[in-house]
Amino acid sequence: MPEREVTYAEAIREALREEMRRDPSVFLIGEDIGVYGGAFGVTQGLLAEFGEERVIDTPISEAAIVGAAIGAALLGMRPVAEIMFFDFMTLCADQVVNQAAKIRFMFGGKAKVSIVVRSPAGSGTGAAGHHSGSLESWFTQIPGLKVVAPATPYDAKGLLKSAIRDDNPVIFMEHKLLYRTKGPVPEEEYTVPLGIGEVKRKGKDLTIVAYSIMVLRSLEAAEILAREGIEVEVVDPRTLRPLDEETILSSVRKTNRVLVVYEPPRFGAFGAEIAALISEKAFDYLDAPVVRLGGLEMPPPYNPHLERRIVPQVEDIVKAARELLRS
Amino acid sequence: MLSREDKLKMYSTMLLIRRFEEKAEELYMAGKIWGTFHLYIGEEAVATGACFALRPDDYITSTHRGHGHCIAKGADVKKMMAELMGKATGYCYGLGGSMHIADLEGGNLGATGIVGSAIPIAVGAALACKLQKNGRVVLCFFGDGAANTGAFHEAVNMASVFKLPVVFLCENNQYAMSFPVHKAFAIPDIAERARGYGIPGVTVDGMDVLAVYEATKEAVERARSGLGPTLIEARTYRFKGHSKSDKGVYRTKEEVQMWMERCPIKRLRALLIEEGVPEEALREIEKKVEETIEEAVRFAEESPEPDLERARCMVYA
Repeated sequence: MPEREVTYAEAIREALREEMRRDPSVFLIGEDIGVYGGAFGVTQGLLAEFGEERVIDTPISEAAIVGAAIGAALLGMRPVAEIMFFDFMTLCADQVVNQAAKIRFMFGGKAKVSIVVRSPAGSGTGAAGHHSGSLESWFTQIPGLKVVAPATPYDAKGLLKSAIRDDNPVIFMEHKLLYRTKGPVPEEEYTVPLGIGEVKRKGKDLTIVAYSIMVLRSLEAAEILAREGIEVEVVDPRTLRPLDEETILSSVRKTNRVLVVYEPPRFGAFGAEIAALISEKAFDYLDAPVVRLGGLEMPPPYNPHLERRIVPQVEDIVKAARELLRS
Repeated sequence: MLSREDKLKMYSTMLLIRRFEEKAEELYMAGKIWGTFHLYIGEEAVATGACFALRPDDYITSTHRGHGHCIAKGADVKKMMAELMGKATGYCYGLGGSMHIADLEGGNLGATGIVGSAIPIAVGAALACKLQKNGRVVLCFFGDGAANTGAFHEAVNMASVFKLPVVFLCENNQYAMSFPVHKAFAIPDIAERARGYGIPGVTVDGMDVLAVYEATKEAVERARSGLGPTLIEARTYRFKGHSKSDKGVYRTKEEVQMWMERCPIKRLRALLIEEGVPEEALREIEKKVEETIEEAVRFAEESPEPDLERARCMVYA
């Protein structure tokens, strides 16, 4: 039987639907997630199946959305909040950073804040500075939060199911350009555990560590490089926090060269953490310094040519890989 | 109607809050409590009257000035004192301190050190009560300062449009740190804000425990019957500074004196005597409160320090 293919958006919807059917304490809360079906159509059809009590459309009130999710979680619910664009996370930053992340610790380990905050991130849609952000690095820095950034429909579905079942607050980053990408997703029930990375392509000459949309671009780059006889290994941590260090390190020990590819501006972003990890724990295996290929130091520009250039594209990855292999 | 026993219980609660705070201040001066805290002295009638209108299984959310809310909701002052001393036996294993006391089993969903941030959380708890159809109500304490945060507006509106079982209780103690309400609000009564959200708003004398009780009782009944939230503004005053670093330069001695003469504890005591309660009965309560506090201090002092490795395990579930 041929494997079933669904889009990334459908995979997320399936995860939500299955978890809502499985567990009555799961509910959705966010702006325009009901009749409208979500700004990117992810929650389409869920209102019809689950009703207004479990697919809760709210006023434009990001702080109240996340705060309400936290309050409900304190009473044992498992809310999944949708923040329409990742940039809008700034509006609920207090609730995410000071409340959701810290409550358990500050209350002596007694509270559980089992919430998921889903949000579309990334540039490439021409939406300019306020709708194109990749702010995941802000949240990986916060003890108490888990941060997930799936690249494929399979991972998106399996990781979201795990995130909903997790007893901690999880930031679930969905790249806008991934929503329409397709991939195999089995019919039967499965989950992908948080904190476990995956080697998306095997190779021996160079390791590329990438997450979210950069996994797809890195795989394309690897394909091009393969024609030149360069065998690239692509490692996708899938979860940024907790980070699967061993999958990254074992790849580095094998290939001895690393390129870290990520969308946020290069300076101080999560990719730097990966680079530091490798320098600390696999320094002896390195034949060249770890190279970071991140975004330019610029808010996302509107102009499509410029917008394309601020984040790593396939050709940038190919070029950086070739240079790294020459060094 | 409140019985004599009820009123005596209120008296006892208010006194316990007062003595707890006075003792905490004493211990702070003696270097046994560190950091900072925000004393509730003068505001005891609000927490006491409001919590008295709740059922034991109802919930509250609290603020950085939260000791009174905890005690009124039935917290164990031993665990509270231990928390203030940063001990492992404290409500939060000594990790939260004064501003972050929670007692989930007792229905206290926690205090927050960020002004206004517990208001959306209270709304979420009320949403859960509605979804779980458990018939419970959430009482959300916050100060006048919080009523000017975005979180307040977002949360009150959301609670109103969803008709959630929550009561918003604004403790207007006249100052957001040093900033007086007459400069922070362009309207005379904070309760007026309720109109903008389509809910009832009432202003009560926060120095009168019985008035706070009556207003809250009505709001709780309304919330429980599915009619949605109420905004109550309780006019009160903190006799002490904002926190331990407050030099008190923004208000006059006369003003403080004027409010201190309206002390809610003295007021209830006078009323009880007027209603024929013998002094002896009140002194008995006062003695018991003293003993409870002494026991709490002993418990806290003898308690162990928290362990770093155990604390580490509390970051994630």
